[in-house]
Amino acid sequence: MESLSNKKKVLEQKPLSFMERMYLPAIAKGMGITISHLFKKEATVRYPEVEREFSTNFRGMHSLKRDENGKERCTACGLCALSCPAEAITMIAAERKNEEKHLYREEKYAATYEINMLRCIFCGLCEEACPKEAIYLDGPIVPADYLRKDFIYGKDKLVEAPLEMKK
Amino acid sequence: MEISFVIEKFILVAVIFGISLVIAMYSTYAERKVAAYLQDRLGPDRAGPFGILQPLADGVKMFMKEEIIPASSNKWLFIVGPGLALLCACIGTAVIPWGSPMEIGGKMVPLQVADINVGVLYIFGVVSLGVYGVMIGGWASNNKYSLLSAIRAASQNISYEIAMGLSIIALLLMTNTLSLKEIVDQQHGWRWNVLYQPLGFLIFMVCSFAETNRAPFDLPECETELIGGYHTEYSSMKLGFYLFAEYINMFVSSAVMATLYFGGYNYPGMDYMATLLGPTWAPLFGVGIFFLKIVFFIFFFMWVRWTIPRFRYDQLMNLGWKGLIPLAIANIIITGIVIAIIEKF
Repeated sequence: MESLSNKKKVLEQKPLSFMERMYLPAIAKGMGITISHLFKKEATVRYPEVEREFSTNFRGMHSLKRDENGKERCTACGLCALSCPAEAITMIAAERKNEEKHLYREEKYAATYEINMLRCIFCGLCEEACPKEAIYLDGPIVPADYLRKDFIYGKDKLVEAPLEMKK
Repeated sequence: MEISFVIEKFILVAVIFGISLVIAMYSTYAERKVAAYLQDRLGPDRAGPFGILQPLADGVKMFMKEEIIPASSNKWLFIVGPGLALLCACIGTAVIPWGSPMEIGGKMVPLQVADINVGVLYIFGVVSLGVYGVMIGGWASNNKYSLLSAIRAASQNISYEIAMGLSIIALLLMTNTLSLKEIVDQQHGWRWNVLYQPLGFLIFMVCSFAETNRAPFDLPECETELIGGYHTEYSSMKLGFYLFAEYINMFVSSAVMATLYFGGYNYPGMDYMATLLGPTWAPLFGVGIFFLKIVFFIFFFMWVRWTIPRFRYDQLMNLGWKGLIPLAIANIIITGIVIAIIEKF
């Protein structure tokens, strides 16, 4: 029967010609190709020593930001925890005392702030939800570890290093 | 027999044994590096600078691994198999002339363990014994994949040995001797046998790929069909012995190819070098040249492995029986006719 679309191609398996049955020309050609790869640049990145450059919108480890005076921005409103689809974020809020004014920007702050890096899916919704621009996923890749408890990152790992204050 | 003769040979044997083990060790490293570079990767580079301690790390790993002898295997043969494979691989180096005689302390020392007048036959005998290691190991494992692989190895080796022997006969017609030493000496300077026997060399090379169970003829250990082939059940250093035997075999076949067809330790301009360097250092330079040729052939083995896909079993048999054997016979006839004509006129 004639094909309707005329797109069908009937492939015929021809017996190999003498040159093809000798294998040698094909082998020589193939070996030429492989030897040419000897002189090409390797695609490998030697990871721990050399790091591949990430794209600008890469989402890595979280960091809790400080403001221009070096005070923590987070006010423990809980919007990030609420927005987190993986429920990786927990926090306990506390009231700022008078002598802590140089540490925290507003009257309320996060006494503990924990992110479970095994739960986190690095979607970036916490970053979008934050009204205080306090959390960003701008860090490196979260490193591997041996114990589950070591993947729960507290404020010691998350908060940005304090700014060098100008006097 | 003088005591100095015994000491001299003992030192030579120890050195050659050491060199072949080191070369086999570093062949595993080279194989991984060559594979990596041919595939635009880097290969092992963590153990030591450029990963040169990788073979040592692999060796330690092999020794530390748990050794498993299957309950249903034939224990004695299971242990004999890898030992035999390694032994047969190692004793092949005994008749290879590594260099022209070297003068040490006013005494000419031949750089060859045994210059026997049936050197070529000895090599053939040892190489064909090598298949017993594979066969015994495959049989003793009591595993269908190992057995299938052993059968494959045996039939493959037998088929390709015929073509290999026939390709050598054409060479022997020209050299009139079976002694490897004399064959090498006839190729003084540039008169390498490959220039007179290109077809014979091609057949010999293809057959030596099959004999060493290297790609594209590595059917006895093809992973896709037979898991690991004859060493499926092996672990620890017994597996190491099998893998090691393969690399030593590769080294020996490279040495034999270089000896028979590429002039061994001969190189153009060797007479000039002999007067320049003197009777002690010129032979050593020749040995260096010989090893350069061997290294090139080992690289060639690897280069082919990472280029050509594995043959199907019927293709393998077709190539051996219908391709190489008739070609080798034709080569003998042509060589014979040409020699007869040259002698006549």
